[in-house]
This record gives sequence, C-alpha cells and structure tokens, in this order.
Amino acid sequence: MALSSGVDLEPSARAGHRDPAPAGGPGRRAVLRVLRSDIAVVLSAGYIALVLLAAVAAPLLVQVSGWGPYDFDQAAIDPNLGGLPVGWGGGISAEHWFGVEPGSGRDIFARIVYGARVSMTVALAATALTTVIAVVMGLLAGYHGGVVDLVISRVMDFLMAFPALIFMIAVLSALPAENRQLLLVVVIAVFGWPYLARVVRSQTISLTQREFVEAARASGAGGWTIVFREVLPNLRSTLVVMTTLAVPGYIGTEAGLSFLGVGVIPPTPSWGQMIASSVSWYAVDPAYFLIPSVCLFLLVLSFTVLGDRLRTITDSGELR
Amino acid sequence: MLRYMGVRLLGMVVVLFLVSLFTFVIFFVLSPDPAVQICGKNCTPERIDQIRGTLGLDQPFWTQFGQFLSGVVAGRTYADGQVCPAPCLGYSFQNSLPVWDMLVDRLPVSATVAVGAAVLWLLAGVAGGLLSALKEGTWWDRGAMVLALGGISVPNYVLALVLQYVLVVQLQVLPFPQAVDFADGPGQWFANYLMPWVVLSFLYASLYARLTRANVIDTLGENYVRTARAKGLPGWLVIRRHALRPALTPVATIFAMDFAGLLGGALITETVFGLNGIGKLAADSITQNDQPVIMAVTLLAAFFVIVGNIVVDLLYGWLDPRVRTAR
Repeated sequence: MALSSGVDLEPSARAGHRDPAPAGGPGRRAVLRVLRSDIAVVLSAGYIALVLLAAVAAPLLVQVSGWGPYDFDQAAIDPNLGGLPVGWGGGISAEHWFGVEPGSGRDIFARIVYGARVSMTVALAATALTTVIAVVMGLLAGYHGGVVDLVISRVMDFLMAFPALIFMIAVLSALPAENRQLLLVVVIAVFGWPYLARVVRSQTISLTQREFVEAARASGAGGWTIVFREVLPNLRSTLVVMTTLAVPGYIGTEAGLSFLGVGVIPPTPSWGQMIASSVSWYAVDPAYFLIPSVCLFLLVLSFTVLGDRLRTITDSGELR
Repeated sequence: MLRYMGVRLLGMVVVLFLVSLFTFVIFFVLSPDPAVQICGKNCTPERIDQIRGTLGLDQPFWTQFGQFLSGVVAGRTYADGQVCPAPCLGYSFQNSLPVWDMLVDRLPVSATVAVGAAVLWLLAGVAGGLLSALKEGTWWDRGAMVLALGGISVPNYVLALVLQYVLVVQLQVLPFPQAVDFADGPGQWFANYLMPWVVLSFLYASLYARLTRANVIDTLGENYVRTARAKGLPGWLVIRRHALRPALTPVATIFAMDFAGLLGGALITETVFGLNGIGKLAADSITQNDQPVIMAVTLLAAFFVIVGNIVVDLLYGWLDPRVRTAR
C-alpha cells in the first residue's frame, strides 16, 4: 500500500495498475461459479479461511495444543546450547507442533495463531477504513467536481508524494505504545486511501455522464440519491477487486512495520515480529525463521491470487 | 513549456513546504525533549537550558520552523556562533555532524543499490513480460507469471534472509554485503551488492513483467496492429514499430516514479543487509529519535518523488505525442 513512494516495502498500492473496468459486470452467482472451478482460487480461499479460522479460534486452539503464546517451556530448550530448542526442526514434537522459540521456549504454534489474529485484524480493519474514506472522498470529488474536486485531488497528490514508510515509522515510534494496533490501522489508512479514491473518482466522473444517471436526474432524483442509488452500485465490482488486492498490501505493511520494530509491541505476537526476532537465530534454527515466513508468504499470495482472478473475471466479462 | 515548468516547480516547492511543516508538527508535538536526550547522563538543568538556547529549542513553534526553513535556503548561524552554510539541515542530535554532510555521505550507497536494482528489474521485468505476452498461454508464460506472482507476494526481508542463508551461510559463494567502493575492486563491489540488487529488484521485476505482459497483449489486439499485419509486415517488425511503444509507455513512466522513490533509500533492504545508505540512516535516526536527520531524510525522499513526478509528465509528453498536442 501507499508505499510506492520512496520505499521498498510493498508497492502493492499499485497492484491494481490496470484499473478494473467500470460498470455492473457479471452477476455474483456467475462469478462464484467461475471462481469455484479454478483450483488456484480454491486453494487460496481455503488457506485464507484456515488463517481466519485460526485467528478467530486462537484461544480454543491453544487450549487443545496445551501451550499459550506467553508460556515459557524451559524443558524444550537446551541451556547448554545457548537456548537452542531440543530436538529436530526447531523442537517440533507432539508437545510443540511447530517447535519452540529459541531462547525462551515459547510455543510457536500458539504464537502463529495469535499472530494471525493481529495480522488479520489490522489488515481487514485497515482495508475497511481505507475503503470507506476512499469511497466517500472519491464520490465527493468525482460527483461534485469544481473546488471540492480540486481540494481532494491536491490532498491525494500530497499524500502520494509523501514518503509514507519513513513517515509511518517516525509517527509510530514517536507515539506511545498503547493501542498500537489501532494506531497501525489509522496510519495505514491515512496514507492508503488516495490509491483507491483516485479510481473511484475517475469512474464516478465517467458514470455521471452516462444516460441512466441523466435519466435519474431528469426524473427528479437528488444528489445523494443519484450517488447512492445509481453510481455506488456500479462501482461494486471495482471495489471488490481493489479491496481484495489491497488486503495483501496491508498484511505486508503490518508485518514489515512489526519487522522493523515499530509495529505490534512484544510480547503480543505478530508474524513480522517473529521473523525479525528469528534473524539472530536463522543460521542455527532455520525452522524458527521459516514457519512465520511461509505463513506470511502464503497469506499474501492467496489474497493476491484471489484478487487477480476476480479482476480478470470482471475485466473480461468472460461469464456471458 | 516554460510556463508549465514554472508551475510545476512552484508546486514542488509548495509540497516540500507542506511535507516539512507536517513532519515538524509531528515531532514538535509528539517527541520527547531532544535537549534532555543530547545532554545524556549527569545532566544539570542549567546545561539543558543552555542546549535549548543554543539550538533554539526554547523558541515558539513558528520561530523554530522559520529558522529551519531559512537555514535550508540561506544557511544558519547558531547562538553559540557555529555557522552552518546553506543548505543547512541542522546538526544530528546523536553525533553532532551536519545533517547535509551525512546525506551526501550516504547517498552514493543508496544510488548504487537503486541503479543496480533498476538495471536488473528493467531487463528481467520487461524482457520477461514481453516474452510472456508473445508466447501467451505457453508453459514459459505460465511459469513466468507464477514466478512473478511469487515475487509480488514474498516480503523482501524474507527473500533477503533466505538468500543470505543459502548463498552466504550455507554455500559461502557470496560475502555478507557491505558498502564496498567501486574503486576497491569491481569484482568485490559486484559480489557485495549483488544480493541487495536481486532482493530489491525481484518485486519490481515481477510487477513490471505483469504490467508489460498485459500491455503488450492489449496492444496486439488493437486495430492498427491488425492493419500492420494485414499489409504484410513481418511479425517482429509489427512488434517493434507498432506494438512496443504504446505498450511500454506506461512502464517507462512508472519506472521513473519507482526509481525516484528508491533514491530516497531502500529502507528495508538496506536495513536487512546493513548497508549504510539513506534508508538505513532513516531507520537508525528514527530509533534514536534524531529529529533533524528524520526531517532531512523525509524531505529528501519527498524531493525525489516529486522530481520523479515531473519527469514522468515530461516523459509522457515525449513518448506519447497525443499528450503533447493535448497540452
């Protein structure tokens, strides 16, 4: 998101290089049918569902596995080897399904499922907030035109020229640590909305020149009615595609910020933070590095595949 | 044209002004007192007051902001008589070096990282995307697109650590990257920068390959391409004369933006590999709460992005004559 400006985190704000085609698009049921027949989509959706489930049921899963995310298991690490996990693959055993953290002996499975909670909460909340701001701003600018459009467009230009990653880090490190997740969501949304709003704006402009809007206006519909009844429904497929493609960007941003140490504060687990703390161990305990990395990579990949496929379908209208 | 450039440059100054104001406000409001921080241990209240006076930290907000701005434009003389020539971005709170000199020091490393990565990703991305488009639907195309999908999805610090583990720790074919000077031997220089280049370019190469592929496929479906084919032009000439230019124009403009962005520092890549570029400077100054440096790095990055924006507009007019006549 928002980071194409000056940074190498995730230029995924631009993942939607080619803005999806405007207007209605194929029906929901037809879209679902095409999606279900695509193996990559099914796998992606399955993995996303799995992570969501893990996030929601984290306390329960931890009950079953027997170790909480903050429990230290001194028996699972070898103090003579500087705290390396005992056994194969970073201490993977019936006791600790994904092994344990070197040094502390905390259960990695528990930290992964609780980390999924953080990732999903931040990414989905950021997406929701970004979308709301973007739709409101985009509709306002596109429908009203004139001074409103000018002001909103300038603000968007400004935010997109801003070195967002540096600034996010600076703000996050300067602000107090409590309620970090909320802060992450707000910061991501503030710098993320222009990328979607720009598309909403241009589509609103072209939609308001179409005959059906003219017809609605001629039949006496007011500004708000036109915006919500005529324009917004036609933006639906664009929004679905662009928000799906935005989620992986935000997951990556949260993980990246946590990796840099300004995201979620320890001991609350987060995947990015787990990867960061595995850096000093990866030569001797690769499993500790691999597990959160693979989880993160697959999640981002799944959302990207899903979004990509949705875009292809809405773009090509291959359903009719 | 002159008038157009004038307007753009004015806009640039306005945005830079706003960026500095925005950054200044955030630090003025949020940050702990830098005077206490500079003073360190064994500090007396008198000493803190003295530091505040010297740096002008006891002044009201607008005075401080004004001093900062005039320092950038005209240089600045501190209360203790220290002269900081223009463009004066102040002194680091951490090591008392002039911030401008720190930037000048670090810029070559960031530029080296950015240029090398850019060469790689342009070659791989554009060539890969073009081949994919021409061989649409084949195994080559599918393989390349799967790779590109992976490239978009893998966080670059993960990629960096994997490569480092395999190439440096296990196989020992590359050294741990260091910011080696080209003058110290091109071979060494190349070996040290190779991994950062690959890591940084992988994401961009993937994006560019996807973009190039999509654009070329779109262009090949255009009527004028069909016309060119119909009049008997050989396939490669159709592509070179008619399809490439419109398909690559968006790639060129996005490239200008991405490259400009990277000049402001590849924060994560530089941090992971410990390369002392602008990006690492930003990360370090943030953890140390070194406000003058954070200000400067933010401004520098914004400067590059804005210049990139202007270059994009000019480039577009040059590459696409339709835009030129419209203006």
